[in-house]
Amino acid sequence: MAAENVKPRASRRRWGSTVAGVLVLAVMLFPLYWMLDTALQPEAGLLEVGPVPHRLDLSGFSKALDDQGGHLLTSLLVSLGAVVICLAIAAPAAYGLARFRLRGTRAIVFGTLITQMVPGIVIANALYTSYVDLGLVNSYFGLMLADASLGIPFSIVLMRSFMQSIPGEVIEAAEMDGAGRLRTFLRVVLPMSRNSLITSGLFAFLFSWSDFMFALTLNTTDDVKPVTLGIYQYIGAHVGDWGSVMAASVLSAVPAAILLVLAQKYIAAGITGGSVK
Amino acid sequence: MTTPTVTARGAAPAAGVPAAARPRSRRPLAQWGFVAPAVLFMLLFFGYPLVRNVVMSFQHYTPKTFFTGEAPLNGFDNWSAVFRDALFGKALWHTLVFTAGSLLGQFCAGLALAVFFTRRFPLNGVLRSLILLPWLVPMVVSGIVWRRILDQDTGVLNSFLDAVGLDGHTPWLTSPHMALLSVILVNIWIGIPFNMVILYGGLQEVPRELYEAAALDGATAWRTFRSVTLPTLRPVITVVLVLGFMSTVKILDLILALTDGGPADATQTLGTLTYQNSFVRLDFGAGAVVGNVLILISAVFAVFYLRANRTEGK
Repeated sequence: MAAENVKPRASRRRWGSTVAGVLVLAVMLFPLYWMLDTALQPEAGLLEVGPVPHRLDLSGFSKALDDQGGHLLTSLLVSLGAVVICLAIAAPAAYGLARFRLRGTRAIVFGTLITQMVPGIVIANALYTSYVDLGLVNSYFGLMLADASLGIPFSIVLMRSFMQSIPGEVIEAAEMDGAGRLRTFLRVVLPMSRNSLITSGLFAFLFSWSDFMFALTLNTTDDVKPVTLGIYQYIGAHVGDWGSVMAASVLSAVPAAILLVLAQKYIAAGITGGSVK
Repeated sequence: MTTPTVTARGAAPAAGVPAAARPRSRRPLAQWGFVAPAVLFMLLFFGYPLVRNVVMSFQHYTPKTFFTGEAPLNGFDNWSAVFRDALFGKALWHTLVFTAGSLLGQFCAGLALAVFFTRRFPLNGVLRSLILLPWLVPMVVSGIVWRRILDQDTGVLNSFLDAVGLDGHTPWLTSPHMALLSVILVNIWIGIPFNMVILYGGLQEVPRELYEAAALDGATAWRTFRSVTLPTLRPVITVVLVLGFMSTVKILDLILALTDGGPADATQTLGTLTYQNSFVRLDFGAGAVVGNVLILISAVFAVFYLRANRTEGK
């Protein structure tokens, strides 16, 4: 907008919208502020919490780290594993479905869409009995596999629509140079699809990090306990100790916050892109 | 941005590919190598559970089953036991109320915010992305935070209501009459960012000329919204509502974190009932029955969705 066109009144109105926007944001983010505020007042216990922490008391956080630090690591490990599985399976499939005119492509794409309507608890219900038979209950690998299922259909849809936009000439040129299908995929297609690969990976990570249901249903011991499950069981055992429960909650929300700041454009692209087809 | 936009849906990209761009399918087997792992994975993690749940609903599971491996067929026993239980009807009703209430709230608030953010003002982009934060926090964690906020005696919501002279003793989560409403309100809070982002994306696609034409015709803002914005936005609205339905109807995390289905089963839904039948009572047969009902409801909606899509595509 050209500077001379901005009249004082219009400018004031625009700042008025900013104020309204900040108010909306304040209401929407208040619960998260309250989570942080409670975490910083561990001495309040079951009593009412003040609206502003009067001093920096990190004892809630140190207790939360003691109790939940291992679970945070478990979450990290499981989520990274799920991302690797998800991308390793989804990226080639997305390419195959975008590029090769295989028989059944339509059916497979349709199938990826249908998976969205299968409730997770139904999957867990059937999976649990099979996991018992296969010895995958209470195992990292079992949980990684289950969590990967949260990201795979999404990633296929997202990457496929990106890979469809890669010009056929580029791929043919690579193949003309004698590169095989696999080499073309690894050396040409994947680097070109970097953005959609990152977006898929981020979402696969967030889906897995947020997972609670598979963690709850596919584990019967404390061996593999992600932080979501850890916090849920924490409130059962530490009802009076809201400070450290909230501190643990803050820690569990950190990856989402970091990703939102560092990878904002990928997140926005993922929400609109992946939900589309 | 190179990622697809919402309006890209329904376009058939394959049709536009010139013949020369098609790879020669000399070695279809090698090509299948790219796709096969994903197909196998989806069959195992989505196809198999669907079939298995139907079978399980006709089997008698007990806590002993996992030691003996024996789950004999028992005909329609599970089905009749579940349907005869008054809790099933309650859970079904709660699920429908919860889904309808959540969708209505999320959609209206999300649309209002999306329209609001189409205005140009300083910090628009920053505010718009920060508002996503509630949606990115693990749902079970949001539930626990709200459980603290809604506490009857020491929660901040009641303290606030007290301070402004309203009833500050509302038993948000502890009264059977209030709990479902409270859970719906929290879920609306969680769903607003998602609705907003998608609808905002859709609004960006409405051609400017349409607005200019409406302005020339002297249409009021409301009139423009109703006859220009809403009709153009319709496909996006369908997408948002269907995806919202799919994720809301099966909800589990949030309710377990907020109320565990209580008090007095006031927030028991089909999702929580499946969980409790299978993983608390270890009656996987009964859990499978409720799960199948849940799938059936989703499937009916999916059919409507695909129908709507097809007629729009023509």
